[in-house]
Amino acid sequence: MARHLLSAADLTPKEIGQILDSAEQMDAIQNREVKKLPALRGRTVVNLFFEDSTRTRSSFEIAGKWLSADVINVSAKGSSVSKGESLRDTALTVAAMGVDALVVRHASSGAVQRIAGWVDCHVVNAGDGTHEHPTQALLDAFTLRRRLGELTGRHVVIVGDLTHSRVARSNVLLLRSLGAQVTLVAPPTLMPAGVASWDCVTSWDLDATLAGKVAGDVDAVMMLRVQRERMTGGYFATEREYAASYGLGPARLDLLPEHAPVLHPGPMNRGLEISSMAADSPRSVVLDQVRAGVAVRMAVLYHVVAGADEPAGLAGAGVAG
Amino acid sequence: MTPHGMTPHGMTSHKMTPNETTSHEMTLLRGARPLGGRPVDVLLADGLIAEIGPKLPVPDGAELIDAGGAVLLPGLVDLHAHLREPGREDAETVATGSAAAALGGYTAVHAMANTNPVADNAEIVEQVLVLGRQAGLVDVRPVGAVSAGLAGERLAEIGSMARSAAAVRVFSDDGHCVADARLMRRALEYLKPFDAVLAQHAQDPQLADGAACAHEGELSGRLGLAGWPAVAEESIIARDVMLTRHTGSRLHVCHVSTGGSVEVIRWAKSRGIDVTAEVCPHHLLLTCDLLTGYDPVYKVNPPLRPAEDVEALRAGLADGTIDAVATDHAPHAPHDKDHAFGDAAFGILGLQTALGVVISVMVETGLLDWAGLADRMSVRPAVIGRLAGHGRPIVAGEPANLTLVDPAQRWTVVPGELASLASNTPYAGRELPGRVLATFLRGRATVAGGELVRSRRPAVTGS
Repeated sequence: MARHLLSAADLTPKEIGQILDSAEQMDAIQNREVKKLPALRGRTVVNLFFEDSTRTRSSFEIAGKWLSADVINVSAKGSSVSKGESLRDTALTVAAMGVDALVVRHASSGAVQRIAGWVDCHVVNAGDGTHEHPTQALLDAFTLRRRLGELTGRHVVIVGDLTHSRVARSNVLLLRSLGAQVTLVAPPTLMPAGVASWDCVTSWDLDATLAGKVAGDVDAVMMLRVQRERMTGGYFATEREYAASYGLGPARLDLLPEHAPVLHPGPMNRGLEISSMAADSPRSVVLDQVRAGVAVRMAVLYHVVAGADEPAGLAGAGVAG
Repeated sequence: MTPHGMTPHGMTSHKMTPNETTSHEMTLLRGARPLGGRPVDVLLADGLIAEIGPKLPVPDGAELIDAGGAVLLPGLVDLHAHLREPGREDAETVATGSAAAALGGYTAVHAMANTNPVADNAEIVEQVLVLGRQAGLVDVRPVGAVSAGLAGERLAEIGSMARSAAAVRVFSDDGHCVADARLMRRALEYLKPFDAVLAQHAQDPQLADGAACAHEGELSGRLGLAGWPAVAEESIIARDVMLTRHTGSRLHVCHVSTGGSVEVIRWAKSRGIDVTAEVCPHHLLLTCDLLTGYDPVYKVNPPLRPAEDVEALRAGLADGTIDAVATDHAPHAPHDKDHAFGDAAFGILGLQTALGVVISVMVETGLLDWAGLADRMSVRPAVIGRLAGHGRPIVAGEPANLTLVDPAQRWTVVPGELASLASNTPYAGRELPGRVLATFLRGRATVAGGELVRSRRPAVTGS
């Protein structure tokens, strides 16, 4: 496995399969009384977060702790540019404390890639700006695989603020690697520049897409968070109009085939991109995604930081015990 | 047209003033090729080109330089450089920037107004003028701000700066666009008595705000970098050429970066609008594909564009739609670049590499001959800046502001070896043609044998 996890594009289909298989093993320990594996005992993992995040940071923290790593959270928000310290200085300073891995979240695209070029330790991307969030894509794939089985040939629809979504970028890359079809749905204002050249279908029409008229029958739909501030930027008119055009309300829920789950990376804007009926329906796998997040991040740390080349389940990871 | 008698102090012609050093040394250049023509001998004496001819005798006390068939150009003139002084002397000073300029073949450099404090009054422009004279390597021509504090709200003291010892003729809020149409209109009108030009940084802040850092297109979308669309530049240029027509003023467009901008300027010129434009060497050579690794050494404003724009810019420079090459030399301390791409400072070093880049993309490709290069890098910039004594024909009696370049000598760019205090060059490791063998400022060698010649006596200072 590669030294870092920076982009979903870094992973071969085989490596994705290994991570997801390991995550299945890791997930099993959530049912145990003692949720602890020795795989990363004696290793130090720093969650270096330049941007606020509760769920991703907690998820990585739990993942590291269940693998017996020493996990330290460093909140570096506003520490570099505003205080005159360069990103390089901040990263090198933290890495100099004998750290084995940095899990990095930053508000600027490419920041994690830059840090990986400066430090000697492993680096895992926990979200860089509007670029990528590879562990989110892995946990989404894990969740989908549990519901749908192998994803080859499956059709996943991703809806919402695609321009500003690192989740969408990583998901397109990862799902395409796994042989799934992807359709992106958003108003033209929220479509990334040059999206026509992406390896997926795009549509402005959610109803037609869900009805299977754009790219065939739908196997899953992923609703992305839409920030209300986008209204002032002219990206859409009103919450009401957005919900009517691109929100997952009851009528659209009915368009989905029986087997298709509803995903959302959270936090949800209920009533905007997703109705409460959809969020709380049996189709919703939102909490499964959160649970999968811990297992997938354990698997990522296991492969990237411990350097394991085979799926977990080996005695070394203590999974079987 | 400028009404007669309206020009204060008759400064438009910018005669050589007594405190600008004039060399009494004599130099004979043997076998130099003016504008790439036939080899001749050129005698420099008393700051002037004294004589040109075959096989000139070496006068007593004259220094002999064997040009060996190198190309002799009028000293290059840069319309656009950031020398960072006062305010950011850790990134560049007037002295270090002047050294980079001389080594790059320049004899005159316009120093942009976005210093700290801003050059929006006579005191600051005169301070920069004095710093330039103290360095004594190139004529440093201060650019004045259009708006007070570059804030884009009210006019800077344009009249005072024009009438100062610095005799400012180029006004620019560069780094910021004069976005307000009313202020732009008034500024264009206000400049007219001074025969000055407004050099616009064309960037509609509504379409490309401060976060915009990458050409808006397939790559910015994929990399998740805030897009800087071509139309943010083109729409401002379109507005400004119409305002220029309406006011009968003079407009210069800074760092044109898109094919659409070239089209708008071509149209405006065809209608007789008094507009000129510049292009930067990096926009003639580099494309936005380089952003893939998120290295801010490629972060510049306006951003690097796709190959089709690069082609259109080269064609526009070749046919004269774009009048000038300007460096937009923008030194930055390492700690202002060691950030994520979006957080790092905009800017690329340019003074020492511009000539090599232009030779490689324009001369070696056959798009311009040496006379054409001299026109775009010296003659027209001097005219736009109303800078007398530079960009003149290479004939006897003209000021000896000259550059001797050997196009056959290629050199490799090593960031730490550049004269700038900063090292943010995107050309590290790149081989460029055209080594500058010598630069002469009013007959005195500022560069000889490819090395800087420090002033032998401190220049007289003060105004």
